[in-house]
Amino acid sequence: MIAIIDYGVGNLFNLKGSFDFLGIETVVTNEKETVSNASHIVLPGVGAFGDAAKKLSETGLKDFLVEQAKNGKPFLGICLGMQLLFNKSFEYGVHEGLSLINGEVVPIIDDLPEDKKGLDIPQIGWNALHIENESPLLKYTDEGDCVYFVHSYYAKTDKENLIATAQYGIPITAAVQNENVFGTQFHPEKSGSVGLKMLKAFSEI
Amino acid sequence: MITKRIIPCLDVRDGRVVKGQNFVGIKDVENPVTLAKFYNEQGADELVFYDITASFEGRKLFTDILTEVAKCVFIPLTVGGGINTVEDFDRVLKCGADKVSVNSGAIKNPALINQAAKKYGDQCVVLSMDVKRVDGKFTVFAKGGRENTGLDAIEWAKFGVENGAGEIVLNSIDTDGVKNGFDIEMLNAICSVVNVPVIASGGAGKKEDFKELFENTNASAGLAASIFHFGEVKIPSLKEYLKNENIEMRII
Repeated sequence: MIAIIDYGVGNLFNLKGSFDFLGIETVVTNEKETVSNASHIVLPGVGAFGDAAKKLSETGLKDFLVEQAKNGKPFLGICLGMQLLFNKSFEYGVHEGLSLINGEVVPIIDDLPEDKKGLDIPQIGWNALHIENESPLLKYTDEGDCVYFVHSYYAKTDKENLIATAQYGIPITAAVQNENVFGTQFHPEKSGSVGLKMLKAFSEI
Repeated sequence: MITKRIIPCLDVRDGRVVKGQNFVGIKDVENPVTLAKFYNEQGADELVFYDITASFEGRKLFTDILTEVAKCVFIPLTVGGGINTVEDFDRVLKCGADKVSVNSGAIKNPALINQAAKKYGDQCVVLSMDVKRVDGKFTVFAKGGRENTGLDAIEWAKFGVENGAGEIVLNSIDTDGVKNGFDIEMLNAICSVVNVPVIASGGAGKKEDFKELFENTNASAGLAASIFHFGEVKIPSLKEYLKNENIEMRII
């Protein structure tokens, strides 16, 4: 049973629907006991980093999720949920994340070279993955597979945490792994069959 | 790099797709769920559903269909038609929409753009504009292109983005239905004043029109309805063609 963390951020309908479609059992929950009993944890999220981090703290889930992840349970952050895995974000101020993966979340626009500043922000659309490191999450993923992104900020992290990048003026962190903790900047639940296969791969970890 | 997107648009009235035509291999093309699955398998990058129903009963049918589509099609779904309030956003998002497009509702109440963006995020709010040249000026029309609002399209697009619209759908009334290509001049005028993705609509008649669109404008996507529904342009061959013309495409 996979626990999808419900902390009042974003629409979980499609994420749950993807697992349902795959025949993988999930529960959408904010109860610690249910999460403790789950085999895997998915942390979704849409919106601003600060609001989300605050909601995680207020619900008392923040420390609990860190503990769960440190116990070795497979843990997947999606989109804003991935950004929350890092130490901090500079989205409208400075906000602390879960520090499960070393790195910082910064505006894409700040890091674009001068001749690429005209790129649309947010990055919205399908972009091709470049695989950086082998990972069980990418068991069924091929170099060049396209996935769906919607974001204005990206995570800067150590090379060893990167499992996939996508080119948007610069190499953008697309997927990360630190031991049992995984993250995708893109939305696997909106990335067609490529995304579904990735969710399946996660459930098999 | 990010790929250019090809987006079929489905107009739905009383639970059925309007303008449906026969395809090889699918029987009930007026069934939105069947057609959505078909386009997904064909490699559509996104689907847009416009609810053109006026009745309450029809609206309920529409959300039921949306729920069904979202259960079996895992690509971005945009919903428009009859979106006048934040509650309307809520209603369709709960049924599996990822983005909501506002048009006349935002013209009536421009604050709607910002209210929705604050609640659901910029990525969720698509400003759809029907634009026509009036005395040489790009002018916004409401109510499906029937009513001249007098609004300047350039100013309206800027206002929309400043208030949180994360994407713009630009439908040129001048080229719509003519099937002689997208409105390159109008698209460039809008693309040059906003830094969010612009989706081109109105005028596609053949695959070369998409090449012209992507080579001569910064539009992120091309949207069309009847040419896909009638099978005049087939998505897999369109994408293969564009890829061979060195335009970034997602090929499945």
